[in-house]
Amino acid sequence: MTAAVEVSAARVVLGGTTVVDGVGLAVALGEWVTIIGPNGAGKTTLLRAVGGLLPAEGAVTLFGTPIGRLPRRERARLVATVPQTPVVPPGMAVLDYVLLGRTPYIRPLGRESAADVDVARDVLQRLDLTRFADRPLETLSGGERQRAFLARALAQGAGLLLLDEPTSALDIGHQQEVLDLVDELRGDRGLTVLACMHDLSLAGEYSDRLVLLVGGRVVADGAPREVLTEELLSKHYGARVRVIDADHGPVIIPRRS
Amino acid sequence: MSPPAARTAAPVHRPARLTGRWLLAGAVAVVAAALTGLAIGPVAINPAGAATELLNLIPGVDLHSGLSPQEAAIVTRLRLPRVALGLIVGAMLALAGGCYQAVFRNPLADPYLLGVAAGAGLGATVAVAIGSALSVPAFAFAGALLAVALAHTLGASGVGRVRTPATLILAGVAVAAFLTAMQTYVLQRHSETINQVYSWLLGRLSTTGWRDVGLLLPYAVVAAVVVLAHRRQLDVLSLGDDEASSLGVHPQRARYLLVTAATLGTAAAVAVSGLIGFVGIIVPHTIRLLAGTSYRVILPLSALFGAAFLTLADLAARTVAAPSEIPLGVVTAFVGAPFFILVLRTASRVGL
Repeated sequence: MTAAVEVSAARVVLGGTTVVDGVGLAVALGEWVTIIGPNGAGKTTLLRAVGGLLPAEGAVTLFGTPIGRLPRRERARLVATVPQTPVVPPGMAVLDYVLLGRTPYIRPLGRESAADVDVARDVLQRLDLTRFADRPLETLSGGERQRAFLARALAQGAGLLLLDEPTSALDIGHQQEVLDLVDELRGDRGLTVLACMHDLSLAGEYSDRLVLLVGGRVVADGAPREVLTEELLSKHYGARVRVIDADHGPVIIPRRS
Repeated sequence: MSPPAARTAAPVHRPARLTGRWLLAGAVAVVAAALTGLAIGPVAINPAGAATELLNLIPGVDLHSGLSPQEAAIVTRLRLPRVALGLIVGAMLALAGGCYQAVFRNPLADPYLLGVAAGAGLGATVAVAIGSALSVPAFAFAGALLAVALAHTLGASGVGRVRTPATLILAGVAVAAFLTAMQTYVLQRHSETINQVYSWLLGRLSTTGWRDVGLLLPYAVVAAVVVLAHRRQLDVLSLGDDEASSLGVHPQRARYLLVTAATLGTAAAVAVSGLIGFVGIIVPHTIRLLAGTSYRVILPLSALFGAAFLTLADLAARTVAAPSEIPLGVVTAFVGAPFFILVLRTASRVGL
């Protein structure tokens, strides 16, 4: 079976610095993989390379097609990205924002069809955003806004969802709400999810697999229990932590010295 | 409280589009401004008669306007070219302003951003200095194109030779400073021509028949078609280059094409009308505050209301202090600035 994402020997150099250095990574169809790692490890850069937003040496393959051979619009129908801090255009209503997700299906100088508007309305309904459809995006709360960002990505109809720190701006309740929603959508729509997250406990709880990235290289790749170990975390994060094995996966507790 | 039945019926939300009401309002504003411009002047003419004379210009139409042959000639030969020029220049400047603000994602971007004004100013000054007053528009146009070509070339020499909006703006500022210095030098060497250059710099619509309209129209049509065709893409670009790119758009390519089109149109407008400030900034912002923030709304309405606004401003310029004229650029700022402040204070939507 073809994987959703296959990365081999990927290398990205930004401004003379090698940020991603020989990364290999595979994400199976329907899998949820989360990239973890300390600040500056190259997580966002790797995600951007997978999304085709940065040129990478080596090979990046999406659903069996090398990314370099995908025209932009085709690529946008396969992979949707929610960046860490998406731009919020002032005054834009939520429905119009979600409709921008239909761009890869609209001729370059064309306009949305009735079918595009229906897709956007369905997505709003699914994410419980219908009552906000006419509200300017900037008036929504953090959790609602994160759902609107997701809604635009879903309207893209792509099979692969790239999420860069989807919960970093949210309180713990909304973090769970958003991640539960992503997991449900993954089931409903057969989506594949590749995310970056800082919260290790949450990452372990929701992901099938974790990839620990340090200094642009993969140092560990496996089930949460294999990656979230006291030894690996203290070595690569320089952190003093205790790892407790709970029902849903490892729980990371910081310790004072 | 609404009854349960009403609550379960889902309201139908519609995407932001240009509404027929606003489009009609824009068309009415254009027609009203044009007829007022045709009717008012040293010789007062009945607007209905002026409208009838306009219809008579259509081949095969011959209606009785009730105007004397002299009055009819004043309408169609003297005032019509100037009104037409005002409509086109106003539409072009407002449209280019809205386009620049979208492309550069900067509310202060105006049609003169890339050194168009400075280049045209130098061209006009040189034309006057060497005594070729008739070719002021041609020289101004050439100067504007030179400035924009310089800004584009220099703006491409940043890191990785990528034209980001910021490097383009900075290059434009540098080019403008350089060309303004050259203009000042030429002007100082030919100080006897300063008045002539001065009147051009302050903006005015000529009374030389249809020549200027003929010079401007092709550029204005091409620029308007390109900009208006990209109105949805400009909404996508408001997400920034990265997100636009992940939605399948070529942001750099689109920006480049749009800036080139808007700048060509602006250069042609400046060549025939001089520097008319304010229209390119304030008209799009007023539309944004009143009618909506989507460029699908802002751009077409900016063209319509910009056309109407400049025609009325030109009417004021030539009648308020008759028989002498007030510079058009002075009128646009004098009338428009307070109006904009009023809109800014009363409207709820602010931002870009």
